[in-house]
Amino acid sequence: MPVIEGTYGLLAEFDTPTQLVRAAEGAYAAGYRRMDCYTPYPVEEAAAAIGFHKDEVSLVCLIGGLLGVAAMFGLETWISVWAYPLNIAGRPYYSWPAFVVPAYEWTILFAGLSAAFGMLALNGLPQPYHPLFNAPNFRNGATSDKFFLCLEATDPKFELGDSRAFLERLAPLSIVEVEY
Amino acid sequence: MATKDAPVNDPMLDPITGEQRVLAPGHTFKSVTEKIAGIVLTPHTPLDWFAGFVLAGGFVGMLLVAVTWLFLKGVGIWAITIPIAWGFAIINFVWWIGIGHAGTLISAILLLFKQQWRNSINRFAEAMTIFAVVCAGMFPLIHVGRPWLGYWLFPYPNSMNVWPQFRSPLLWDVFAVSTYATISVVFWYIGMVPDLGTLRDRSKSKVGQYIYGLAALGWRGSVRHWVRYETASLLLAGLATPLVLSVHTVISFDFAVALLPGWHTTIFPPYFVAGAVYSGFAMVITLAVPIRKFYHLEDLITIRHLDNMAKVMLTTGLIVAYGYAMEVFMSYWYSASHWEYFMMWNRMFGPMGWAYWVLITCNIALPQFMWFRYVRRSVPLMFLMSLIVNTGMWFERFVIVVTSLYRDYLPSSWGTYRATKWDYATFAGTLGLFTFLFFLFVRFLPMIPMSEIRMMLPQAKVRAEAEPLPEAGD
Repeated sequence: MPVIEGTYGLLAEFDTPTQLVRAAEGAYAAGYRRMDCYTPYPVEEAAAAIGFHKDEVSLVCLIGGLLGVAAMFGLETWISVWAYPLNIAGRPYYSWPAFVVPAYEWTILFAGLSAAFGMLALNGLPQPYHPLFNAPNFRNGATSDKFFLCLEATDPKFELGDSRAFLERLAPLSIVEVEY
Repeated sequence: MATKDAPVNDPMLDPITGEQRVLAPGHTFKSVTEKIAGIVLTPHTPLDWFAGFVLAGGFVGMLLVAVTWLFLKGVGIWAITIPIAWGFAIINFVWWIGIGHAGTLISAILLLFKQQWRNSINRFAEAMTIFAVVCAGMFPLIHVGRPWLGYWLFPYPNSMNVWPQFRSPLLWDVFAVSTYATISVVFWYIGMVPDLGTLRDRSKSKVGQYIYGLAALGWRGSVRHWVRYETASLLLAGLATPLVLSVHTVISFDFAVALLPGWHTTIFPPYFVAGAVYSGFAMVITLAVPIRKFYHLEDLITIRHLDNMAKVMLTTGLIVAYGYAMEVFMSYWYSASHWEYFMMWNRMFGPMGWAYWVLITCNIALPQFMWFRYVRRSVPLMFLMSLIVNTGMWFERFVIVVTSLYRDYLPSSWGTYRATKWDYATFAGTLGLFTFLFFLFVRFLPMIPMSEIRMMLPQAKVRAEAEPLPEAGD
């Protein structure tokens, strides 16, 4: 992989979620698209402000659940009818009501694992390194009490001087240029 | 109302509603973070922690001895025999699993119902679930006699060409409990990832940064991540809810499907689930009371939590009481069965009748004191109440397992049951293991979810008007 150098983006720090949401709305209105907000707890309004509305976690979860129920019900049927048919008190080999219980458990198992790992995968986690961790104030605040807006350099509208001037109008606590 | 006899300026009372607050006022994002992360990141481990840890470790040692001896000699060292083939092992299994259920209830069902008061207690209630399932899962495994063949329970291609029998509730149990353990661990861990990020960023030691950094998976709090995270949490909660109801239902099938007076009843699934929640909330209180005292978390785990948990216990306790009443009704009158009638008479007035009355006293009679607000809001009394309910729920399982089995249809095959020292050592050993794991948890992991507490603070709301902005700590 080629070494990426240069500026990752401009990171503006805010004190309250309201200031962050106003800033994000402003940046979106000004035409910025490649940006992200970082908060110490979920702020849905900030996600909406940068134009992120829909996530695919539910779909992944649904697919996982369907796979789980199909896998277990199929396994039970195959075992009880073909692989190892046992006569249990004269009940039919294909006793589907009894098969419902393990199939139900596996629906939940697969759906739950898909939701959890699907969420991580869609988020691109685990990702131990990220350029933002180079910003000294980011590590101090993003996971405890500060709110961040990062305009990324890959945005076509991004221009170091202009973007910095734009962010300064939003009255942040600080603006940091983040290097790769 | 509540304000009547309270001091006028009690900060823990909401001035508008007169209700007890869920969180003490005056906290900021920073103070909450520091309070909770500080417990984990402090370089000074309290001496009392070591004392408790060593004591619990001693009980774990006893468990190891008891299990080693069991493996050497076989299950004959326990009191199980014919006709009582299910002794302490199954009693303890059901008791522990039941305790775990409150953790899932608090983390999943109360999340779906948007009960925000749960936020302070959900992390350690989930930890309690996992440790309880660890203790529970051990019992069926060591009870099978040849635990090294335990994997035969799972369907896998093998040279013997045999497969499990899927019409048996005992096999359903394998899937129910293994799914429950897996989903509980995943839910707990996923819920902890943002907090592990906080610990990574606040840890002063290299080792801490490294380990928490690995565990946090690179969490950086992107709002896009948060949106997916919230969806996943809701989905996991939605999945854990039917799961937790199904687990104790399946466990009750182990009994209810058998054609045995005292077990063969349709009331078992709901009454097992209610009993599980009942004992689980009792265990949450048993754990919460010492923890909030020891770590000075009175601001975060408040009287309101005790009060609410007492109400849940009161409700589930009444469902359980209905279950007992219905059992008596069905056995004495409705079944019109001689065997059922004798079983219930023997359960109440036979040689082991005392156990039934202990159960009624602990599970039905004494908990009625929780109708009084004074009791619900008194920390020592609620602690006592939680111990009583835990005892009562253990005796419930004892009564179900032993008094249904020891006098069956043929008087010539009647027997009795007297637990051996190994039975007691194993049970006490799992109590030790549970406590041991809990000590590790409170020392090394954030026991209260910081991100969720931040969300509950008044300054966490995004205001419609940009100005005036609130001061931090408003």
